[in-house]
Amino acid sequence: MKQEPLLSITNLHTRFHTYEGVVTAVDGVNIDVYQGETLGVVGESGCGKSVTALSILRLLPSPPAEIQGTILFDNMNLLDLNLDEIRQIRGNSISMIFQEPMTSLNPVLTIGEQISEAIRLHQRETRQEAWRKAVEMLQMVQIPSPEIRAKEYPHKLSGGMRQRAMIAMAISCHPRLLLADEPTTALDVTIQAQIIELMIKLKEEMGASIVLITHNLGLIAEMAQRVIVMYTGKVVEEGKVEELFENPLHPYTQGLLGSIPWIGQKLKTGRRQLQEIPGVVPSLLEIPEGCRFHPRCSRVMGICRKEEPPLVQPENGRLVQCWLWT
Amino acid sequence: MTETVQTQAWKTQRSGDSQLKRNWAKLRRNKAALFGGILILIYLITALLAPVIFPGNPSAPNLSRSLERPSVEHPLGTDELGRSILGRVVYGSRVSLLIAIGVVFVGLLVGVPLGLISGYYGGKVDFCIQRITDTLLAFTGFLLALALVAVLGVGLKNTIISVGISMVPIYIRLVRGCTLSVREQTYVEAAKALGTRDRIILLRHILPNVMAPITIQTSLGMGTAILFAAGLGFLGIGVQPPTPEWGTMLSSGRAYLFHAPHVATFPGIAIFLAVLGFNLAGDGLRDVLDPRFRL
Amino acid sequence: MLQYVLKRLLSTIPVLLGISLLLFFMLRMLPGDPAQVLAGQMASPEDIKIIRQQLGLDRPIFVQYGLFLSRLAKFDLGRSARTQNPVIKEIWARLPNTVLLAVTAITLACLFGIPAGIIAAVRPYTWIDYLFTSMALFGISMPVFWLGLMLIVIFSLVLHWLPAGGIGSWKHVILPSFTLAAFVVAFITRMTRASMIEALSQDYTTTARSKGLKEKVVIVKHALKNALIPIITVVGLQFGLLLGGAVLTETVFAWPGIGRLIVDSILARDYPVIQGTILIFGLLYILVNLFVDITYAFIDPRIRYD
Repeated sequence: MKQEPLLSITNLHTRFHTYEGVVTAVDGVNIDVYQGETLGVVGESGCGKSVTALSILRLLPSPPAEIQGTILFDNMNLLDLNLDEIRQIRGNSISMIFQEPMTSLNPVLTIGEQISEAIRLHQRETRQEAWRKAVEMLQMVQIPSPEIRAKEYPHKLSGGMRQRAMIAMAISCHPRLLLADEPTTALDVTIQAQIIELMIKLKEEMGASIVLITHNLGLIAEMAQRVIVMYTGKVVEEGKVEELFENPLHPYTQGLLGSIPWIGQKLKTGRRQLQEIPGVVPSLLEIPEGCRFHPRCSRVMGICRKEEPPLVQPENGRLVQCWLWT
Repeated sequence: MTETVQTQAWKTQRSGDSQLKRNWAKLRRNKAALFGGILILIYLITALLAPVIFPGNPSAPNLSRSLERPSVEHPLGTDELGRSILGRVVYGSRVSLLIAIGVVFVGLLVGVPLGLISGYYGGKVDFCIQRITDTLLAFTGFLLALALVAVLGVGLKNTIISVGISMVPIYIRLVRGCTLSVREQTYVEAAKALGTRDRIILLRHILPNVMAPITIQTSLGMGTAILFAAGLGFLGIGVQPPTPEWGTMLSSGRAYLFHAPHVATFPGIAIFLAVLGFNLAGDGLRDVLDPRFRL
Repeated sequence: MLQYVLKRLLSTIPVLLGISLLLFFMLRMLPGDPAQVLAGQMASPEDIKIIRQQLGLDRPIFVQYGLFLSRLAKFDLGRSARTQNPVIKEIWARLPNTVLLAVTAITLACLFGIPAGIIAAVRPYTWIDYLFTSMALFGISMPVFWLGLMLIVIFSLVLHWLPAGGIGSWKHVILPSFTLAAFVVAFITRMTRASMIEALSQDYTTTARSKGLKEKVVIVKHALKNALIPIITVVGLQFGLLLGGAVLTETVFAWPGIGRLIVDSILARDYPVIQGTILIFGLLYILVNLFVDITYAFIDPRIRYD
């Protein structure tokens, strides 16, 4: 009983042409997002998760970026559309929340204006009507005194409120797909919890799908149903959240989960040091031969050094790229 | 941990390349900056090898040959006193180079320490130095040089001093701004916590980080110095004749604009090329060293 | 907002005082008797005596400074050593001409420079960017007086389209203001380009695009509004530099403004006029800065409310 995915990315390659060489930030990625689900995308900085999201909406400046592949949405390949057509989708059926609410909001425009301009554009409302709806949106994201707040400028708001405003901006035209790029990373922990709750609530109310990009595994556990793990531009593991957390297959995923400190760890395991994945993420200009993770892998084998493993499906709904499971 | 696509640049650098090597490569790629470098080189060589390029006394009058059009014997023509313009332009490069170096020297000597002190210590010292800088800046560049010449008098030495002093507030502002931001860095706090003496902190931590904008400003400043000195010369209150200075030459050429425009044209071209060279090089340096340190 | 304006007004006082102090001491640093210097070559002993009394040279220096300030407050800048006219009158006769020139020049510069900078920023590294950037670079590297002379050669002596100098009709204004503008337009173009590139690379620009806004809207409503702040700073600064450049341009075009006045005075050692014109220049500069700062407050809401 497989439904059609809402968004289907096939064989996506996103390359940047730099003086030092061609950097392949996204190297042959396949992702499906289904109706009403929250898909988590996890990985360390530089693994290509943000670039993937930006590629969907074609927000990367096109030289130096070069995007190849297929991104199907509503039976259209988003990469084939011209700029006018993709603009109709942006902010409308697909919208994006960014990481840094302070720099992502325009400092010289009021919050209300920034929200209503999308409404005016996509829903063709009048100024007053759009403003009213913008205030409604602020209400929905639980900002107190929304009528007053709408007239204020971003620097007057706290970090949490700014992020809420960003969310309001993103959902203002009732998108079917929301791309959330590290939505809580720049916030205090207590505010993070509030924003997570808000997003869960909104998703239920609006029935949208969310692609949740983060390096915070706890966030994934709270919000996502399925999760994808990326490393140097490739998908290395995929599966349902509970299954993956319970039983990670790829050594990288194991390392990620193992490196999360938990209370009582020292007592229970006797370890005095935190677990870590040795080494650093390689530069995208100097990608290791064979399996990209092999220099850091605790279970490396001979073949890992020579050949890149294929992506296989050990169980239903699980994908992994590792010689251990081939 | 925040990152945008742009700031992931470090992930796309090859490990092992030193910063200097990378900067040099970047600079070499910038064709405009290279062109500027060539212009500067030509300028320097002309100034240093002036007697070789043009043997003889460029200031010796020869009235029988006055105001001649450019010819094989005098490729740039002669001026109202029959002197070869080529010779005067070539020797003029020495004068302007001397002025430019002197001016920048004054600016650095006075401006950098004051800027460091002002930015680092803050408080009353900063306030005083800043008010003085404000006042100097209120005279906007050339005017300040003008006013100082009014007090000090004309001539080469006074030109250097006047234009140099007008450059000082720019350095003070620049260095102070940079010092302020470096001062807030954690490694400075750490050095202080270790009990390092202020003088050492200034020299070893702050000054190296201020070098980038200073270098850029110096390159641009050389160009500005040449322009200001030529301006003073043009007004008759800079370098005095018969010393060949490009601005002074332009001033005397003005009278013969209709009959002999070449007298005024060539010194002006010389000024233009020299300043262009420094501006191009300065821009190139800015692109490489730090695009943030825009002036 | 009002608080901000008041604060800015107050901060001009130290600078004004600074300028007055500088002038005060400048006079006393010149060789010779200050009264003699002020009176000039042609003055009689009685005149010198009167001036000595005015200056209060026999009294303590604080009193002298106080007298100086009080005279300034009454706009008494003394008499020209050359013409014996009140300095204020000499300046007032010429000031409007310089202001006319400066305002025309800065307007021209903005009209050309800001759009050029925006276009260059939106299409970076294309031929049009290189064209505008090179033109800007040339403009900054050219000595303003040389450009003026070259323009005279071309437009006046060769083509006979425009007069070579003096004042009178709108035709007389063109060459000098274009010459002045050439230097300034270069700075404005460069600053606009740099500022726009910076604004366009900011996160909020990506956010604006992600909402599906048309590129024109992104450039003007989102980026330009932010970019204007440094652009206005530069325009204000350039106005100040223009006043300095006016000195040279007025000399080249025989334009009867205060720029020429100051040069003539320096050559003639007419100290009262030198003092007066420097003061006026300083005042103008401060006014322009004040105006720029207030304009900031209108554009950048962060300044308005803090």
